[in-house]
Amino acid sequence: MQFDIGKARGRRLDKEGRKAAQNRTLWGDALRRLLKNKLSVISFCWIMVMVILAVSAGLWVPQVLGDPRVINTTMTSTLAHLAPSLSHPLGTDQLGRDIAARVIYGARISLQVGVFATLIATVVGLLLGSLAAYFGGLLDSIIMRITDIFMAFPFTLFTIALLAVLGPGFINVFLAIGLLGWTSICRVVRSSILQIKEMDYVSAAKALGARHLRIILRHILPNALAPVIVYATMSIGTAIITESALSFLGLGIQPPTPSWGLMISEGQSFLASYPWMVFCPGAAILLTVLAFTLMGDGLRDALDVKVTD
Amino acid sequence: MGRYIVKRVLQFIPVFIGVTIILFAMRSIVPGDPVKMIAGERALAPTVYEKIVQDNHLDQPLIVQYGYYLAGLLHGDLGHSYQKGQDVLTIFANKFPYTARLALCAILVEIIIGLSAGIVSAIKKYSLVDILVTLSTSVLVSMPVFWLGMLLQYAFGIWLKKLTGGALSLPISGAGGPISNYPTILHYILPAITLASVSMAFTARIMRSQLLEVMNADYIRTAFAKGLSKSAVIVKHALKNAMIPVITFIGIDFGTMMSGAILTETVFSWPGIGREIYLAIIQRDWPIVMGGVVLIVIVVMLINLLIDLSYALFDPRIRYGKKKAQ
Repeated sequence: MQFDIGKARGRRLDKEGRKAAQNRTLWGDALRRLLKNKLSVISFCWIMVMVILAVSAGLWVPQVLGDPRVINTTMTSTLAHLAPSLSHPLGTDQLGRDIAARVIYGARISLQVGVFATLIATVVGLLLGSLAAYFGGLLDSIIMRITDIFMAFPFTLFTIALLAVLGPGFINVFLAIGLLGWTSICRVVRSSILQIKEMDYVSAAKALGARHLRIILRHILPNALAPVIVYATMSIGTAIITESALSFLGLGIQPPTPSWGLMISEGQSFLASYPWMVFCPGAAILLTVLAFTLMGDGLRDALDVKVTD
Repeated sequence: MGRYIVKRVLQFIPVFIGVTIILFAMRSIVPGDPVKMIAGERALAPTVYEKIVQDNHLDQPLIVQYGYYLAGLLHGDLGHSYQKGQDVLTIFANKFPYTARLALCAILVEIIIGLSAGIVSAIKKYSLVDILVTLSTSVLVSMPVFWLGMLLQYAFGIWLKKLTGGALSLPISGAGGPISNYPTILHYILPAITLASVSMAFTARIMRSQLLEVMNADYIRTAFAKGLSKSAVIVKHALKNAMIPVITFIGIDFGTMMSGAILTETVFSWPGIGREIYLAIIQRDWPIVMGGVVLIVIVVMLINLLIDLSYALFDPRIRYGKKKAQ
């Protein structure tokens, strides 16, 4: 790097080069590397498109494409199972509702579940992981044994069991996914904090008499954050897939609210004659989850985090 | 080696107890009356109600109830279906062979396709094949399993049939044929690929990264220096060492497949434990759902324990290195 700067100084220092040499922070470097990764940029754009569609849906979808929930009882037979056309770009379902409208409204559910579930998992994982690593000893053993116990459950199966007990519904879905997804983040946080704990700047803060909370919040967590960001991005995708599976099984979002998994489940009986009922919501899941996965891959490379599957 | 086995088994016990406490807690936090979980939604005479409470020890403190629950589990008591009027264990015992056979086929698919894709993409690093493999593993992982199943059904069962005028197609459903015994291997192809999809992608990724890592090792350089051909080095030296973590993954994966079977079996109407759990969800027959979850969780835990124990046999570092300093 010094060589680079020296070379640049020897020549003409253009505006951008000077800027780059001045503020080289971890996050600035990461952003630069991320922007070079075409797949990540495309993924980010796709996620933004989905977010904008989902947020703005209430403003235009019911007028342009039709209400995703309301069934026109008098015209159901003429509206049902229309093939994709100009007025219904993705066709209509068995009750005459526009599939494009339902896919867009489904994005609201999927994105909310993805973000909220990941948020819960990340907060719980960060808290337990940093407590375990920072204090060590008995607390560490107890927290890690609890993690072992939760990891002994297959993830999808555990969410199915929890929803069977709690009952289906939107809040329960992201509670179940969030409360079970914290284990890997907990382990990641713990191992990276164990390394950071030994750093000189932490000893310095301790010597200055900083309290535990201040050391954790100001000195350790910011430095342990990179792997957490990578994991959290990838788990948004996992949460979306899990939600679709739960809704597909009838344990998640309940009709008439449109959810991608539910739409696939409803379309299954019409697969032979009206395949677009299954294709469209599935493609929406695939593209969105893929975007979060590729985004996570890009972040991992940009932040130089080692992630083991 | 003996010490290692004892240590592993001792570590297993607290996890087992923790897992059963969580399962027990789940059973106890069911909203509403636990008697309903046992007897169903119908109205009960007070004497019958009282009898159910006593028979199931519901009047005892929670810790005693847990004791009874654990004792029941160890005796194979998974509860009683209130719609089929049958023991949950019996119901699953009849369904288990179908799920096990499907899972074995899926493992076969995973090994054949996943391993070869991983090996080829590692050997031809950064080639077109490598890029294609990496891309398709990302796509497979990002796809809901049940959706992949339906795509395969459409492509090979419906579209191919139309295209060839009914001459060529793959069976898309287990329930379509005679359920008791599948006449041909054809019935297994699509469900096995579907069930294997995610694991296949992970196997390919792990195989690739392991092989690439091993290829940098000193003993590979030595093998090349001896004048061995590339294929001899890869087959005799690299693959042997790169395989260990892959085999571990495939072993653990058998357990994951048991739970993944719920989605695949639902899509293909496969008469295994997964579909039984799905049908129970639809009919709100919670004892079957919880019983199925308990069964799968315990089977998965035991399989993982066995894999851990098998290291003692296969890994010489564990077999001989018992006095190694911690």
